[in-house]
Amino acid sequence: MLSPLGLILIKDEDAMSSEIVKAEDIEKSFGGIKVLDRVSMAVSAGEICCLAGENGCGKSTLIKVISGVYPHDGGRIELNGREYQRLGPIDSIREGIQVIYQDFSLFPNLTVAENLALNDQVESGRSLVSWGRVRRIARESLAMIGIDMDIDKTVGELPVSSKQLVAIARAVYCNARLIIMDEPTTTLTQKEIESLFSLIRGLREKGISTLFVSHKIREMLDITEKITIMRNGRVVVSGYTRDFDEIKITQAMTGREISGDRFRWSGNTGEPPLLRTEKLGRSGAFQGIDLTLRRGEIVGVTGLLGSGRTELALALFGKGPSDEGRIFRNDREIVIKSIQDAIANGIAYVPEDRLTEGLFLEQSIERNLFANIYRKFINSVGLLDFRKVRAAASEKARQYGVTAPDISLPVRSLSGGNQQRVVLARWMSTGADVLILNGPTVGVDVGSKFEIHKKLREITESGVGILIFSDDIQELIMNCNRIMIIHKGSFTNEFRSDTLRESDLIDCLNASR
Amino acid sequence: MNKILSKNEFWLFCILLILSCIVGGINDAFWSGTNLFSLFKSSVVMGIFALGVLIVILSGGIDISFPAFAVFSFYITVKYLLYIKFTGSILIPFAMAMAIGVALGLMNAFIISTFKLNPLIVTLGTGSAVTGFLRAFVGTGTLSNLPQPLIDFSRWNIYTETLADGSVIGFSGSFLILAALIVIMALILRNTTMGRGVYALGCDSVAAMRAGFPVRGIYYFIYGLVGALAGIAGIVHCSLIRLANPRDLEGTELEVIAAVVLGGASLTGGRGTVLGTVLGVFLIVLIKGSLILVGIPSDWQKVAIGLVLISATSITAYRAMRAGM
Repeated sequence: MLSPLGLILIKDEDAMSSEIVKAEDIEKSFGGIKVLDRVSMAVSAGEICCLAGENGCGKSTLIKVISGVYPHDGGRIELNGREYQRLGPIDSIREGIQVIYQDFSLFPNLTVAENLALNDQVESGRSLVSWGRVRRIARESLAMIGIDMDIDKTVGELPVSSKQLVAIARAVYCNARLIIMDEPTTTLTQKEIESLFSLIRGLREKGISTLFVSHKIREMLDITEKITIMRNGRVVVSGYTRDFDEIKITQAMTGREISGDRFRWSGNTGEPPLLRTEKLGRSGAFQGIDLTLRRGEIVGVTGLLGSGRTELALALFGKGPSDEGRIFRNDREIVIKSIQDAIANGIAYVPEDRLTEGLFLEQSIERNLFANIYRKFINSVGLLDFRKVRAAASEKARQYGVTAPDISLPVRSLSGGNQQRVVLARWMSTGADVLILNGPTVGVDVGSKFEIHKKLREITESGVGILIFSDDIQELIMNCNRIMIIHKGSFTNEFRSDTLRESDLIDCLNASR
Repeated sequence: MNKILSKNEFWLFCILLILSCIVGGINDAFWSGTNLFSLFKSSVVMGIFALGVLIVILSGGIDISFPAFAVFSFYITVKYLLYIKFTGSILIPFAMAMAIGVALGLMNAFIISTFKLNPLIVTLGTGSAVTGFLRAFVGTGTLSNLPQPLIDFSRWNIYTETLADGSVIGFSGSFLILAALIVIMALILRNTTMGRGVYALGCDSVAAMRAGFPVRGIYYFIYGLVGALAGIAGIVHCSLIRLANPRDLEGTELEVIAAVVLGGASLTGGRGTVLGTVLGVFLIVLIKGSLILVGIPSDWQKVAIGLVLISATSITAYRAMRAGM
């Protein structure tokens, strides 16, 4: 039942090319849409490379072609000097290509030992399982990457970083010559990223290459030697990492100059502020917060983890409300004790983890857009007027630049940036004029980030005030006219961003550490 | 020790033991050979079915067509054997029913793996279609004069005892079939690549494919196996009751699934053991067969089974939740 062996055209054992993968002019279409357009890339033995690009640029498809999951429509694929006309997953594995997907493809219901030995078990074509052999393979493969762990634990009990180690050990044991890692750093802490990188460098010493697939530019500059950047199904640039810097890569990935203009506020300080707090506090979280937000302002709040930043954001939205101090809207005192209070007072909140907190993933884009305001579409008989909903949803999606083939598709099918736009559009449609954003661009690729920032600036033109809670310093400097630093629950500094340097802000944050 | 305490099977075994003692304490007829032998006998058909359901559930699927397949295979087999006035080896009817069961099972596998349909819907459909087809084209009449080999099989005892009143009771040889199938299934699941593939598939089908498992092949294996087991169970069933009734076994699917879930198999796939399933079957059979002994009317059996099922699974879920934190 294994997939048919690819046809080997060139069988030249002596021509041991040092190129593990050589893909030339690869083409791939899905339903008439060209996803890969004459893409070429190569990885040689002992190299650490990066394949970068925004979501939907075709990098995942390229990986699937190289690993034999998708057949290619055109072009040539050579693995270790052999050309394959039809590459199957098993062929690719036999040539030493191992892909570690974001979900690691581990089996949480099985033990570490079995997870480590399973690929070998299947690949070797054995029909019986010898448990002694399973344990031996497990110990050997962990030893190969110099890691020690309990092989009898079920993988479901392990933390993410250990799961990744299991996945790497499994790949190495399967005689990997090239390990392809899809977004390996997303769920790791800084320390775990560092130990991952030193492990990868150790593998290079053994002649094992690594190809990172990522859109995290900064990390990739640290570790990779070569970089290939894709956009819209094409390779836009490829070369040695030392010839690149962050700006160059960003431009190549997005295909546009990321606007360098800082946000400027040109409002009137004489008007009553949209939102003002006086000595706001919540025991154990923050205290004495004096915050002012005026019409059309974007105010940033930043601080280290545990500084009370998130608690303040949530309190203003009525979740874990404040227990002392006062809140004013246009100089009129209001009470925010619940989320309902906040919404009734025209305050909207876009959570950090939009996936679990902000969206109904399985529901349609349309339904997500109007989840908060369905009441507006009830007709005279008390039923929803779906024609009206549909029309309004299309209009909203267009207005907020949500690119989707059909608004009846589930939100899950959208890219991170598009999902964020849906959340934004939904909250703005409640008619709120105070918008609180918590980490608005976490996990969003560079291009979408830019689009979101542009949208935020547009929103302020209608007089909406925005509060951004973020630890992305650059994002704050570029998009806020004022930035507040919060430390141990109190504001310690306030910066006007038009003259602020990034280093000043970082110094200030570090000083409070 | 902690490891044993955390095992679902251990607790099931305890419940089984405690329940036996309670029933036996109230009515000592429970411990009589007659009762015990009959309990074992009635666990055979359900046990064979449960082994099939276990492997489907492990793979993350579900099958509710197996009683219909069992009836289809035994009824056609018996009708055909009566027609040719069969007198040969008992292995022939078993082989025939198994072959029919396998064919039907492969049909399930084909539909599920080709059209990527939900197994619940597919087996609901095939089960109903097969039942209807049988009644429309093959017959609805009860066949009460089974072929001689089947009657002999029903009389096969591995141990007999003559009671004081002169009547003879026996431990049915059919239990050996269940015992053998239990061992085979345990070996398949634990010690073959295919068996581990079932666990892998039930956990994450994409990952199983990436690991190189022939996922389509595993589907055919699983549903084919369920079909084969249904065929065996069908022949055992009709031979034990000495009746081939096409209206039999309807509704047993829920009881069997209950037994498997009670045995600790997770309906989301990837978790479950043969031992647990067997204990689950014994527990259900015990409840069904013994409540009458302690004076609880038979209508209450269903209530009892329902309550046991819900409380046992909630305890498991609660423990998992606690462990997760």
